[in-house]
Amino acid sequence: MCVAVPGLIKTINGTVAVVDFRGVQRQAMLDLLPEAQVGDFVLVHAGFAIQRMNATEAAEVIALLEEVEAAADS
Amino acid sequence: MRAQVEAEQRYGRIAELVTRPLALMEVCGTHTMAISKAGLRSRVPRPLRLLSGPGCPVCVTPREQIDQAIAMAREPGVVVASFGDMLRVPGATSSLERERAAGARVQIVYSPVDALALAQDIPDQLVVFIGVGFETTSPTVAATLVRAAEAAVDNFYVLPAFKLVPPAMAALLAGGGARIDGFICPGHVTAIIGSAAYRPLCDQHHIPCVVTGFEVLDILDGVTMLLEQIATGRAAVEVQYRRAVTDAGNTTARALLERVFRVCDSSWRGIGTIPGSGLELAPEFERFDARRRIPVEVAPAPGFDRGCACGEVMRGLLLPPDCPLFGQACVPAHPVGPCMVSSEGACAAYHRYGG
Repeated sequence: MCVAVPGLIKTINGTVAVVDFRGVQRQAMLDLLPEAQVGDFVLVHAGFAIQRMNATEAAEVIALLEEVEAAADS
Repeated sequence: MRAQVEAEQRYGRIAELVTRPLALMEVCGTHTMAISKAGLRSRVPRPLRLLSGPGCPVCVTPREQIDQAIAMAREPGVVVASFGDMLRVPGATSSLERERAAGARVQIVYSPVDALALAQDIPDQLVVFIGVGFETTSPTVAATLVRAAEAAVDNFYVLPAFKLVPPAMAALLAGGGARIDGFICPGHVTAIIGSAAYRPLCDQHHIPCVVTGFEVLDILDGVTMLLEQIATGRAAVEVQYRRAVTDAGNTTARALLERVFRVCDSSWRGIGTIPGSGLELAPEFERFDARRRIPVEVAPAPGFDRGCACGEVMRGLLLPPDCPLFGQACVPAHPVGPCMVSSEGACAAYHRYGG
């Protein structure tokens, strides 16, 4: 159950963030990442942000994933 | 497509580096699945074997704990909350899914905070969260227990079944297992524990360790880094998954783990007891232990049904297709052992993607 997905923090309200995963928005708890800020890319596992990701690299991976998906759909 | 071109380049480099029989082991169910899905095993040179270790926490949960969860689900006034992939794992005579079909209250949750919220919604019922997972997951449960304590929730409990990855890696090297020339270390566990966690193991056993991400290119890069270490006789801890992994890991998560849990010896289904490889609740949080609140008796039972080779598979001694039950008596529709049940089990991966 190591599955963790990268997403972009859109809003933070106390210890709860709204994270955008390529158009889908879900809540993530920030108990494990209190220093997270709006605009950060974070890895989310089981409803919690667990690590910040380098923005450039995260964006690159997301682009790669979209490329793979587009190829799979075509 | 760019990704394909990049993958081909890496396969080429790997082919150059494999000059003798070698075995690399991953210890993460997500790696097991990603490698199977990408068809990596058949695309690397034959002398290179990519083994799956005990990286599926559902697969290594002892049968007795499954039976404890089942017994608790049968108690009136109890709702069992669990991650989805636990539901079909066979206990001695039943599974949580079968119990649910028979009328027990078993709720699938995506997050432990969902189980806590459920408890807060039904204060006259006891909610037991089945705490299965490695170091990616246990901090989320630690944080949830802190929230439960702060909100003075008195009907939320955890059945602690958490396990730790580095001690299992050490046990695999200690003897009686498959020969391992390098470890593909789990990306998200290491995001929590930090890559420094593998240094003692690496130094003691002179074994290359590369913390690797989960995309195909990540895995190919991780394998390449391991092969390059092996080719030059080096053994170091390196990080391929730089975008998410640091040396120290997530210090907030680690502090929470230390506050809420204590390290204990733990039994791994199919392997046996591994010292210092599990987590139990620390004294400050003992009142949340489901076993104290809902004591249940479970009969001892053998770890696996006769013929089931999950134990050997999880130690890299057998490949799933070598199990006598694989693909016939044991398939995802009617699984015999945990490795076929879990979405991250080696047998499920081989069955679905062909190895």
